[in-house]
Order: sequence, then structure tokens, then C-alpha cells
Amino acid sequence: MAMPNRCGYFDKYGGRYVPETLMPLLFELEHVYKKIRKDKKFWKEWRELLREYAGRPTPLYYARNLSEKLNGHLKVYLKREDLLHTGAHKLNNTIGQVLLAKKMGKTRVIAETGAGQHGVATATACALLGLKCVIYMGAKDVERQALNVFRMKLLGAEVCPVTAGTQTLKDAINEALRDWVTNVKNTFYVIGSVVGPHPYPQMVRDFQSIIGIETRAQILKREGRLPDYVIACVGGGSNAMGIFYPFIKDPHVHLIGVEAAGLGLSSDQHSATLNRGEPGVLHGMLTYLLQDKVGQIKGAHSIAPGLDYPGVGPEHAYLKDLGRAKYEAVDDQSALQAFQILSETEGIIPALESAHAIAYLIQNFHSLPKESIVVINLSGRGDKDVAQVKDLLEEKRAETI
Amino acid sequence: MRGAIYIETRIREYKKKGKKAIIPYITAFDPNKEATLDFLKHIAEADPVAIELGFPFSDPVADGPTIQKAMVRALRNKPSFEEYLEIVSLFKENFPEIPLVCMTYYNIIFRFGLERALKEAIEARLDGFIIPDLPIEEASPWLRVNRGKGLATIFLVAPTTPYDRLVKIAKHSTGFLYYVSLTGITGAREVLPEDLTLKLQKIKGMISNPLVVGFGISKPEHVALLRPYCDAVVVGSALVQIIEKEGRSAGPALHRFLLYLKNEDSQS
Repeated sequence: MAMPNRCGYFDKYGGRYVPETLMPLLFELEHVYKKIRKDKKFWKEWRELLREYAGRPTPLYYARNLSEKLNGHLKVYLKREDLLHTGAHKLNNTIGQVLLAKKMGKTRVIAETGAGQHGVATATACALLGLKCVIYMGAKDVERQALNVFRMKLLGAEVCPVTAGTQTLKDAINEALRDWVTNVKNTFYVIGSVVGPHPYPQMVRDFQSIIGIETRAQILKREGRLPDYVIACVGGGSNAMGIFYPFIKDPHVHLIGVEAAGLGLSSDQHSATLNRGEPGVLHGMLTYLLQDKVGQIKGAHSIAPGLDYPGVGPEHAYLKDLGRAKYEAVDDQSALQAFQILSETEGIIPALESAHAIAYLIQNFHSLPKESIVVINLSGRGDKDVAQVKDLLEEKRAETI
Repeated sequence: MRGAIYIETRIREYKKKGKKAIIPYITAFDPNKEATLDFLKHIAEADPVAIELGFPFSDPVADGPTIQKAMVRALRNKPSFEEYLEIVSLFKENFPEIPLVCMTYYNIIFRFGLERALKEAIEARLDGFIIPDLPIEEASPWLRVNRGKGLATIFLVAPTTPYDRLVKIAKHSTGFLYYVSLTGITGAREVLPEDLTLKLQKIKGMISNPLVVGFGISKPEHVALLRPYCDAVVVGSALVQIIEKEGRSAGPALHRFLLYLKNEDSQS
């Protein structure tokens, strides 16, 4: 059965839980997107931009040093989304959605951002395609990510700090939704992950699937067979969905999503929605959420700013229930360690988000069968994190002294 | 009598008698449970046609800054839905004739359990629900649980809703149909959209439910202007602002403001 179904559900998860003001627009978007999905010209334009402008295809790199460090039992490949323009996989989606916004005649684009990666990618696509861009960002994140705020402004975007609620990503999404409800006529909301009301989870998945499509062709060419494991970090879940999706029908390919265990799964300071959350409704979708007994949404925590979201894409919720993908969790310290290990062994500084996927492999490589081929989605580069990591390591050193 | 039919009957009665029909909104537990009970009493004494009592949610996407802040204040009490229904129950003991509807976001009811929410709401003598993030497309499970139970499920329609869709939503809506006056979120506004009365006139001819208008309404002029074109108006943020300013002693000020809105209190 095709997922999502006509009502935007991946089995039990998904849907469109939004104020009535937005419903007619979601129907329009769904209608337009249905046509666009079959419009070869649209995809050609998108692919050309990704190739000429953004640098696709990204390499599938055989990480020999890391493989050897892990006893040489495995072959580890890294899908180098960190080499994409703006330094993460986010641009695959924003170029797609901003192109779509243009086709729909919208003149203004809004987006939410946590750490700033999606904000930068949206501002970039808007600069390229000539649309006005407004980015909502939690006030706390604006403070923590001053450099990305400046980047967005350089790219011509307006950045609106959000002081409501926890002043982080989930509140930025709330505020973007409120803006959208108010300016629905001329505005397109570019959602940054496989979350939100239908058709967003499907649309973002489609745009990000380019990662998995390339990976599949590259590994077949290189190894003559499919990988045994595909590992990706999961916050909202767009890079994971992008690399998983083209492998879903290959039952022998194990799909592993790695959530952020933060200070530990029992600590209440984590972002492990699929591991510790329960079904509920937020940001237009029914999915697993971090929430209390009453149904109030809890704040999420992770060392990786791109993972601290208390919800998760509905298709991941579906894959979890189905057992098709497995969702594990890795804590802050392990991610930090993996960040250093990959930097030292391969000369690649990964984003702290992607370091969670690396850390999972480092923790579990001994239990994988010999000769396994493992692909890790290296969803972003770590330049954005070096200042934070420097502080954390200095703190740690001070503690040991 | 209670529930959908009672709400409807009472709104029509006010209309017939030429009384100004206002549905005041406040958020329960803002700033605490005792204050809410006191506010409800003062509001009830201003003869509202019904009352909308919010249960706070951490992520209220349909609400503007005023009600967002109220919900933050309310959430400091860590309220449960059971305690909310206690407020309803206590209020109904003193004012059984005033319909009380719950406004909250779907996750609260989903988490509490649809059947359990309905059962306990009936026991507490609540008259209905307004769930702003539950469009008709997602409402089947809730409506199925509700069937034959008599409680109102009040749906919202917006300026962006096409007329054929509006008629469909009106058929599902019980108690009344809630027309969102503007394209946007809740909050007091200086002026209402220019074409509002024209739109209301048109809608009135298409539906059989009482038509209630909300969002932005905060002045006696608004109430007077809309009166010929709808059956009642919801006033929320303007009242919540009074609570924000006056805190737990806001009761008398809420009462005075409601009379002022109806132009029945010369000293305001």
C-alpha cells in the first residue's frame, strides 16, 4: 500500500491537525504537489540546481581508517551530505519547497529553525530563487547560534526571535504556524523535517530521498551488493527518512535510526521520542511525542541542537511499529567522543547530530556480523559545533584536574 | 437540559428577546483554580449566553500572545483535566442555567482518552467542546464517541473556508457554528475586517446552526456592529488581558467589562 494514504496517514500516524484557516491551503498544496510529483520538468529543474549549484551527487566515501579502527571486521561507508552546499542535507528539501512555492505564486517564504541549519538552507534557496524569507527561531537558539543568525541575515532573510514557551525549536514551529495562519494568502511555509501536517512528511521525504537513491546506486557500483546496515541520526527524522526510504523494500537491509539520549534515557533530559515518547498530536500530526501525563509537551534536550525536538516524523513512528526500522539512542558523551574519533581517524569533523550515528556504530560494531557493509548518513559537517565542543572539552578537562 | 440542544435553545432565546449575547472566554487555572471559580462567578452575574473555559496547552498554535501567556500562567499550577472538570462541576452547582464549553487542543483529550473525556465531562455537566486543531477530517473518532451523548462539538470556520466546505462543517457542528472573524490567531483588535458583516449575512443564509463570531472582538462597537448579523460573539483576549493586569482580584473588573461591552454600565 502506498504511504501515506489519501488522508495523509502512515497507518495510524500523520494526518492534518491544524486550525481550519490552514485546511484549504493544505488541500491546495496537496493538489499541487500531486501534480508536481509527476511533472518531469519540475524534477529536472530541481535536479539541475542540486547538481550545478549545491554539488550533488555527494560522494559515498569508504572510511578505511574508521573501518580498521573498528577491528577491520566491517566496511564502513559515509554518505557525505556534509559536502553539500551550506554543509548539511537540508538544502535538498529547501530548494524543492522554495521551487514549489514559486510555482504556486507565493511571494513570501517562512521557516522555523532550531540550530539554524534549516534556516540557513531556506535563506539560501530564497536568495537563489528570489523570494522574501522570514525565519522563526527560539530566542534561546538565537543567542546560542549567533553565527547562523548572522549567516541568515547575510543571505537576506529576516530573523524573528521567538520568546514564547521554551524559546526553542518547537516554539519556533508554533510561531511559524501562527504566521502562516495570518498570512496564508501569499506565504509558503517551508518545513525543515519530515514533520507537520500532510503533505509535508511525504514531500520532505521525497526531496530527501535523493540521498538514499544515490547511496543505493553508489554502493551497488562499488560493492556489487546492497549494504547490510544503514544508520542515520533521528531528530525530526529527515536525513534518516531520506536515506532509508529507497531501501524500505529491501528486507535484508537493516535500517537503524539513532535518537539523542542526551543525559541518559532515564534522565528526562533527552530527545529520544521513539524510545521514550507516546503517541499524541503536535504540529499538525499524530506521532510519538515527549509529553507528560496530561498531554503537555515536554522540552527536549541533546548536545546536538538539530536533534532536540519532542516529536518525530510520522513515517518513522510507522516504521517503528512495523518493525521495519529499529530506533536506538546514544547519549551526549558518546556523541562527543564519536565527534572526536571521526575527526582524528578520517579528517572529517561531523555535525554533532551525525556524530550520534557514528557513536552507535562505535558502541555496537562488535555485535555486527563480520564482513558487514555499513552505510552511515553523515548528514552534516561539524564546523557549526566546534566552538561548543571546545567549551565542553575544556570543561571536562577542568573537571578531571 | 444541557449539551448541544440547550446551548442552541439558549442562544436563540437571547436573540428572540433582543438581549446582547456574549460568550466570554477565560483560561482555567489562570492564575489558579480558586481565582478561576471566582472569575466564573463574576462573569456569570453579567448574564452571558454561555461561557467558554479554556484548558491550557503547552503549544497553543491558534492563539495569540495574550492567551499564550495566560496558558503559561495556568500551566504553572500543573493542572490535570480531572481538576478542570472539578471547576466545571462546582460552577454548574451554582449556575446550572449557563452553558459551559471547554476549549482545548486535541492532544489533551487524546491523551486523557476520548471515551473517558466524554464520560467524565458529562458527569461534570460540561455542555460541549471547542477543539481548534481538530478539523472535520480528523474528527471521526471523537464524533463517533460523542454520538447520541448530547454534548456539543463546536467546529470553527474561517475566512479561508470555501462556502461548500463551510456548509459541510456546519452539518457536523452542534451547539453553534464558530466563525473566525479574521485570517489569523486570537487577540484583541482595534478594527474588524471590513467585509465581515457582508460575509456573515451570506453565511447566515446557508446554515441552520446559530452563528457565533469570535477572534478580535474587544469593544462595545464591535458587539453592536455584529449584533444584527450573528447570534452571539465570543470575547476572549480582552478579558484575559484584564486577568493579566489585575491578577486574582480581576473578578469585578471582568464583570464591569462585560457590562461595558453590552453598553449597560454607564460608569465605564
